[in-house]
Amino acid sequence: MDKTIAQATISVDQEGYLTDFSQWNKEIGTEIAHEQGIEMTDKHWEIIDYIQDKFKNEEPLSIRGIKKSGVIDIKQFYALFPGGPLKKATMIAGIPKPKSCI
Amino acid sequence: MPESSLNRAIYNYNLLFFNVLCNLSYTRKRQKLTNVILVNTPYYYFYSCNSQNPKVMKNLVILGAGTAGTMMSNHLVSKLPKNEWQITVVDQYKTHYYQPGFLFLPFDIYTTKQVKKKGEKFIPKGVNYINEKIDLIQPEDNKVLLENGNVLPYDILIIATGTKIAPEEIEGMKGPEWHKSVFDFYTYEGAKALRDKFREWEGGKLVVHITEMPIKCPVAPLEFAFLADSYFKNKGMRDKVDITFVTPLGGAFTKPKATQALHHLLTDKGITEVTDFNIERVDYENNKIIDYAETEVPYDILVTVPTNMGDALIERSGMGDDLNYVPTNKATLQTDDYENIFALGDATNLPASKAGSVAHFEAEILTENILRYINGEPLKEEFDGHANCFIETGGGKALLIDFNYTHEPVEGTFPFPGVGPLNLLKESRTNHMGKMAFRWVYWNMLIKGIHIPFVSATMSEKGKHFEETQA
Repeated sequence: MDKTIAQATISVDQEGYLTDFSQWNKEIGTEIAHEQGIEMTDKHWEIIDYIQDKFKNEEPLSIRGIKKSGVIDIKQFYALFPGGPLKKATMIAGIPKPKSCI
Repeated sequence: MPESSLNRAIYNYNLLFFNVLCNLSYTRKRQKLTNVILVNTPYYYFYSCNSQNPKVMKNLVILGAGTAGTMMSNHLVSKLPKNEWQITVVDQYKTHYYQPGFLFLPFDIYTTKQVKKKGEKFIPKGVNYINEKIDLIQPEDNKVLLENGNVLPYDILIIATGTKIAPEEIEGMKGPEWHKSVFDFYTYEGAKALRDKFREWEGGKLVVHITEMPIKCPVAPLEFAFLADSYFKNKGMRDKVDITFVTPLGGAFTKPKATQALHHLLTDKGITEVTDFNIERVDYENNKIIDYAETEVPYDILVTVPTNMGDALIERSGMGDDLNYVPTNKATLQTDDYENIFALGDATNLPASKAGSVAHFEAEILTENILRYINGEPLKEEFDGHANCFIETGGGKALLIDFNYTHEPVEGTFPFPGVGPLNLLKESRTNHMGKMAFRWVYWNMLIKGIHIPFVSATMSEKGKHFEETQA
């Protein structure tokens, strides 16, 4: 479905995750964060950059991966994105919700 | 034979053979062999005696004699010309465990004897079976080093070293309370310790917990919760036991469709769900688990599925990802980095279930691909992530699910479209009988590489009620 945000029209799934990463920009990320009750800071963007890199390289995302990345410790990650940090961070980053799946 | 008896015979036959597995990842391990070196011959000196011009034998080496490795040795021994290929299987343990049985051990449904046998019974004649710890794979030199100093050169290597629990990954888990009030049931020792604890337990808070994904047989923890419900009901003490299911996932299972069905079952059985719980530590002094969001879940008995990791050998050899799983092509089963190294079963990083059924389907496809590789033909991109799992739901019933990389578990019948006899995604006694019969199928057919009739390696879409699938 379509959603209008930050003066742009993007397509999202039922939960609000972007279905086309090419539509993403920083303004859209900021707005989605705002909807989630998060005000973005440099530290937030550092993590968004990291997970977008992972996504571009088709590497799976996990809490363990974030822990090992050295970008942030998990406590801090929870503090920046309270409630499901990986779910919220991926939504803001404009990539699909991670399937820790299988 | 009258028609009705014939039908009945066909029906019984079906029951016995079609009920494929799952929950079983590969099975093996544990007793350490005290340095018995079965073979000291350097393998590179095997020559063909039949040929006029003796040529050097080629070596195919399989690492691991669990479900996947044992199946591969059985498949390949009849396919590779004996005067050209020497097949070698290496495993440090001499006991082969029926791992799906570990689920039943704590509840006194299976005995210890029913879940273990000598591994060598299942390695076919003509295959060189070595009980020795593997020290290192040197993929650049096409060599495997064993702990006793022997060197195995190979032309083709198959990695089937599986996955194991790593409780030391979480603070406080493998502490002084390990196997006292904090248990696993993914090892023989853990399942047995839990059985002894349950026999004497007078009740309290039972917490069934998954540390992080992926884990071997993702439905096993749910089955454990269901079976615990049945077990304590039968003991007449269900009212004294409070069962909580704690998972890092957003719901009971990894696939949305099955999650709905399983969520209802949990509710019906009075099992509380705690979702999105990413454990930080076990506070064994105060009997609670704590996650990164500071949520606490108290327990009297914690039954956890610790982090699952590939064998340390993979890490030592520099061939694994974060969790020591080998990056592998998900359709061909060739490893990403080396064209003469293949991997299957729990050892890979494939986005498929870590389960015996998956290893079984992979083995059939990998056998063909090994032959293609030897003949210099392109590999077939055939593996679709097919998994097939019974889910014990307690009270003598079970569900059956069938799914692959792209298709969610669906309702329908299995293995015959519209006929069954097994029902997909529905609780039934027939499914439970299938699961029980499977132990026989496992020991007598599956790991011996005997094809299970009518069960194909890739998933059939017939007789199933598909909805639109999500990529």
